[in-house]
Amino acid sequence: MPGAELINIINKKLPDFKVVAVTRPYPDELVIQVKAEDFKKVCLAVHEHLSSSVMSFFAVDDRQQQGKFILYCYFINVPLHQWVAVRLDISPADPYFEAISKDIYSAHLFEREIWEMFGLEPKGNPDLRRLRLHDEVWPVGNYPLRKDFQTVTEGEKKDYKFTRVEGEGIFEVPVGPVHAGIIGPGHFRFSVAGEPIINLEARLGFTHRGVEKLFEGKSLPAGLQLAECISGESAFAHSLAFCQAAEKIAGITVDKKTAYWRSILLEVERMYNHVNDIGGIALDVGFSFPAALAAIIKESILQANEKLTGNRYLKGVNKLGGISLKMDQSRHEELTTSLGRIREDFAVLVNILEESVSFMDRVDGTGTLKKEIAEDLGVLGLAGRASGIPIDLRKIFPGVYQEAGIKIITAQTGDVLARLKVRIEEFAESGRLTAEFLSKISTAETTGSKSGPAVDGALGYSEGWRGPVLYWLKTGTEGLIERCKIVDPSFHNWPGLSYAVLGEIIPDFPLCNKSFDLSYSGSDL
Amino acid sequence: MYKILKTRLLKKVMTRSLKPGQTSALESAGLELKKEIRRKFGRSLHIREVDTGSCGACESEIIAANNPIYDIQRFGINFVASPRHADALMVTGPLSKNMEIALKKTYEAMPEPKFVITVGDCALDGGLFKGSYYIDKKINEVVPVVLHIPGCPPSPSTIIQALLDFMKK
Repeated sequence: MPGAELINIINKKLPDFKVVAVTRPYPDELVIQVKAEDFKKVCLAVHEHLSSSVMSFFAVDDRQQQGKFILYCYFINVPLHQWVAVRLDISPADPYFEAISKDIYSAHLFEREIWEMFGLEPKGNPDLRRLRLHDEVWPVGNYPLRKDFQTVTEGEKKDYKFTRVEGEGIFEVPVGPVHAGIIGPGHFRFSVAGEPIINLEARLGFTHRGVEKLFEGKSLPAGLQLAECISGESAFAHSLAFCQAAEKIAGITVDKKTAYWRSILLEVERMYNHVNDIGGIALDVGFSFPAALAAIIKESILQANEKLTGNRYLKGVNKLGGISLKMDQSRHEELTTSLGRIREDFAVLVNILEESVSFMDRVDGTGTLKKEIAEDLGVLGLAGRASGIPIDLRKIFPGVYQEAGIKIITAQTGDVLARLKVRIEEFAESGRLTAEFLSKISTAETTGSKSGPAVDGALGYSEGWRGPVLYWLKTGTEGLIERCKIVDPSFHNWPGLSYAVLGEIIPDFPLCNKSFDLSYSGSDL
Repeated sequence: MYKILKTRLLKKVMTRSLKPGQTSALESAGLELKKEIRRKFGRSLHIREVDTGSCGACESEIIAANNPIYDIQRFGINFVASPRHADALMVTGPLSKNMEIALKKTYEAMPEPKFVITVGDCALDGGLFKGSYYIDKKINEVVPVVLHIPGCPPSPSTIIQALLDFMKK
């Protein structure tokens, strides 16, 4: 039986537990199917044993074929380089499941999402307010991700209730959804006692476009195009994760040259975004010269992208099973030289920031997110690594990163400075990796392999610049998409921001916010 | 301070060090635009940006139009923090149901005379998101749009050029 070792460990903790089925649909995925009464306990056992937060947790409406809803809760097994999913089948007659979020907080937002989109109630979750379908515009009882949902039927509309902090001298400051900058919409409700923030509730969902429903019924190439428009400045990480899921289903293993190019472009995307955020942090404390320099560096990377791929944001580059890039020697050299120049400029930028005592003083100790809290919330990616959580999919599922010996950059303090430093070092590491991949690419193999197509849903993933981007994809008999579940790292990390600002003053919020730089559209879907 | 000065001197004026052909076209377009803005809006055009469901790429390009290389400010166009200060509203993204009220209120908060520009393919008719359960109105059904700048996303020079062509009318 696959995963026997893990089942034994679960059995030691839960002697009465009997597994329904264990499958290994793909080498990197293990699916443990359990009964309703075991679901919570098994999730908890897996969570504790693997020390993994909930990476993805979603429902699939399979009533038409199998007459049931299916829940998948994904964890990551770092030492075995494997995803572990706990699966629960739910009968439409009893549309509920036992909530796990009271014990595993990182499941909290996912449970609310399953409730609002499918009408499957997580029993025991104390907060079932909707995340994306705003109460003011969407009547209750409409569950858009159910397959039989056609159009919205009129019903009761309500007002959203914010968490209230009460007491003498406490007042609320509402900010948004339209903000002062050129940025996405979100509402932030600060409760303030004097100057310090004592509670921040972020109400998001303003850019909800119903994308998961839009994927359904699309062909894979059409789905790929949509995946590039989920989070615009992370287009490549999203298209890569989508392609990986689709390729797993189709049984395609890409050739090494494609793997190199994908890694190069993923790193280039990381570089332009990291330098953008470093500039943003400088701008938010009023240090305009490095901000301008960072904008120049970002622009030169975007122009290099355009020269190389024809698109500044690397859209339209990934294809199923390959990459659409006609690379000749001259462009290859051009990229190498322009990246060299970019790295030189970057060194100057970092030097200016580090030599400014007042700048360093401003970011040091501001917006601290402690490791324990980050772990409980399930904060991942760059923000997680800055709080000492060493999770990076490039290390866990290395592929071509293996030979390049990728270095994981972490910091311990979890403040704005830590997130700044992780960005600076990751930029340098990305520069090194890109140069190394470019030097090897001309001799890389160009033949991939193909095995038979699979029927199961598959998880595709990439470590984007914010963190892990996950696409769970299931196709039907005609190859059309039946379900696509997207998890952008921003969805995990927004709660982290609400904790990082506690005790800070409101004028520091933009600085803290920029140091996370989370996506509204990626989280709102 | 020394490092800043040194970098500043070595880098020279970034705004002009684009490819020669492109720069002159962009510059002359921009200077013409400045003349038009001066004629119609006194000295400058102030724009408030609102995202009604964009993926963020259009925002990134609008920000890039403000960077030292394109520097849209030198032509008299400023992006402002409040609709109260704005002559024009620039809207990006398809119109999510959740943003309809916010968009209306932002438009209502602007002083007359005022106009609305949409940026990016999604802002025209929903683009890739057309047909979603959560996108049921177009932006021009909520506020009067006088100019659309197409692209996914439109590049900074496209944005500047489109503003010029519009102001010439």
